Amino acid sequence: MSDRLSVFKTYKLYVGGKFPRSESGRVYEVTDANGDWLANAPLSSRKDARDAVVAARKAFGAWSGATAYNRGQILYRIAEMLEGRREQFVREVADAEGLSEAQAAAQVDAAIDRWVWYAGWTDKIAQVVGGGNPVAGPFFNLSSPEPTGVVAVVAPQESSFLGLVSVIAPVIATGNTAVFVAAERSPLPALSLGEVLATSDLPGGVVNVLSGRPAEIAAPLAAHQDVNAIDLAGADDVLAKELEIAAADNLKRVLRPQPVDDWTATPGIDRMTAFLETKTVWHPTGSLGASGSSY
Amino acid sequence: MTFEYAPAPESRSVVDIAPSYGLFIDGEFAEAADGKVFKTVSPSTEEVLSEVAQAGEADVDRAVRAARKAFGTWSALPGSERAKYLFRIARIIQERSRELAVLETLDNGKPIKETRDADLPLVAAHFFYYAGWADKLEHAGFGPAPRPLGVAGQVIPWNFPLLMLAWKIAPALATGNTVVLKPAETTPLSALFFADICRQAGLPKGVVNIVPGYGDAGAALVAHPDVNKVAFTGSTAVGKEIARTVAGTRKKLTLELGGKGANIVFDDAPIDQAVEGIVSGIFFNQGQVCCAGSRLLVQESIHDELLDSLKRRLATLRLGDPLDKNTDIGAINSAEQLARITALAEQGEAEGAERWSPACELPSAGYWFAPTLFTNVTQAHTIARDEIFGPVLSVLTFRTPDEAVAKANNTPYGLSAGIWTEKGSRILAVANKLRAGVIWSNTFNKFDPTSPFGGYKESGFGREGGRHGLEAYLDV
Repeated sequence: MSDRLSVFKTYKLYVGGKFPRSESGRVYEVTDANGDWLANAPLSSRKDARDAVVAARKAFGAWSGATAYNRGQILYRIAEMLEGRREQFVREVADAEGLSEAQAAAQVDAAIDRWVWYAGWTDKIAQVVGGGNPVAGPFFNLSSPEPTGVVAVVAPQESSFLGLVSVIAPVIATGNTAVFVAAERSPLPALSLGEVLATSDLPGGVVNVLSGRPAEIAAPLAAHQDVNAIDLAGADDVLAKELEIAAADNLKRVLRPQPVDDWTATPGIDRMTAFLETKTVWHPTGSLGASGSSY
Repeated sequence: MTFEYAPAPESRSVVDIAPSYGLFIDGEFAEAADGKVFKTVSPSTEEVLSEVAQAGEADVDRAVRAARKAFGTWSALPGSERAKYLFRIARIIQERSRELAVLETLDNGKPIKETRDADLPLVAAHFFYYAGWADKLEHAGFGPAPRPLGVAGQVIPWNFPLLMLAWKIAPALATGNTVVLKPAETTPLSALFFADICRQAGLPKGVVNIVPGYGDAGAALVAHPDVNKVAFTGSTAVGKEIARTVAGTRKKLTLELGGKGANIVFDDAPIDQAVEGIVSGIFFNQGQVCCAGSRLLVQESIHDELLDSLKRRLATLRLGDPLDKNTDIGAINSAEQLARITALAEQGEAEGAERWSPACELPSAGYWFAPTLFTNVTQAHTIARDEIFGPVLSVLTFRTPDEAVAKANNTPYGLSAGIWTEKGSRILAVANKLRAGVIWSNTFNKFDPTSPFGGYKESGFGREGGRHGLEAYLDV
């Protein structure tokens, strides 16, 4: 059997449900752990970052307004689609992180299971963190969590896929929309994830994938007036401080980098609550007084 | 014939204000390291009430060290013991509530009716509420053994001096933190009386430290390397500066900042109730309230009717001596704040909005501003965008619910909003779409220790009150 020349994939961004190249026309070389060429990835620009925010904002109304049940169904669908492309992701993660096939498979399996975990959370988190408040007066009073809005995410640098899924899923499970910057040296699993999201009934713009230099594209995201929050998971100390200062301009919610020893461990709810607001609604109940009812 | 109100002054004799006060650090009152003092005046008369030690960086450092020293023992106490200290404090506040109400009215300028019936009952209730949490933290949903953060640096404003202190100190102590609190420079007295309450309650030294002073003291506290938690209530501009200061540190931050709340009145609203809500929304505490309903959005078809009712109601408000039990509108807190309100109102006129105030005689001494409303206001007007923090209402109109929601959300702030309509589904739909942390429907300006309070967007982050309020002081 003769050696067949394989077909390379052009890796592209995923923005607003479409697969554009960087508007800058730039790419950068991505290599495996041994330094061998894997592909050219788009080197996103500030303009790409701003386009992604526009797409994320546009998607926010419908996604945050979808029922929690519907969001759960879609997150589960992402897990289904990933399962079908498991071999591809095992290969990409192995190349990206220099792992054996078995090690990479463990990462991918954990990532698929993570989508399932968060799929189940969409219609439960409100009961866990919200509820009625027993105020001292004749009032109905209810606190409910609501998504913060558009969340920028600097994806973890070391865990190119499981780490990525672990920070993206909690952001969108609760109805936020996301713009994320993939791991700089190993962006390919993230870019391929865009292809999975595009075929999972996830509305375009809910997740937007950028690859490139975090130092270049995270800064305009941190300073963007229409971004509501930022997750600094993959930023080093120097960049994280710089981004947190920029984020103060419109008082973004900031999730600072947290040390994560083991991405396979079951997450808590902190990554969801970091990007939730609490809305409290009051209404008089009326009351029965000596002179009769007031309702 | 007309019936005039007779004067009904609350007695001042219930409170004994010393000629001078020190900083409260490590359980002792002390002078500032550099000997600086400042005067605090009664805004309704400009009478000097007392001279207060002015904390500087060295004093803040000493206070933080005292709080750090106290943290080990305090956080190691069983929750049930911490709870009992807080219950004691709550009880003593109740016992001394008349004294504290008069004191607060003198130092702040707000009517005794408000300090007596709103501020003080809420202060006591807040301590009672969080006292009960101290030995139940493992059941609060923050993990099996949530830990305190350490030393909390807290900076509070002048509009509800003792209530803001309660919102800060009660959850901090219940969760096992120790605190250094800086009250506002125009209203330091109730915090210093609170120090005495801590003494009466036998609270261990250093658990609560009070450092009156100006912005420099607040900045030093926020920037202090040994502070683990920063909580601030105040202006959005200062909040942003604080967020920059703590960037890159491990300090946990909560901010409760400005607002430009929309009070939305639909054409089917109960007009008389809505008018009461509008008045409470913007004239409670002279409008010096971050969650004030400072933008009235009224459906076009009832604009004239509502405005007529509102103006009739405003004509009955009584402005004057804050210690008089019949007073509705007290003094503005400071000359500086009065100047700001005055300038913004003048800008409103200059930009073309129509100004109206009821006939209202202002006292000759002190800082006063008549209840004011502006009609013909557009969204572009400064008075529709900037927080005025005074008794000034901007009236805008809308035709459809969608337009009302769009206008209400057209602000960088997101603290409060009001909805007035008899239609239940409209309340729920509009409440759902408003980007604000507290929505009052067919009511306004209701507060309760069990009810989380805090903003969306540039009104800050984190919640105070309720189970939610614990999170700000726990290592979660």
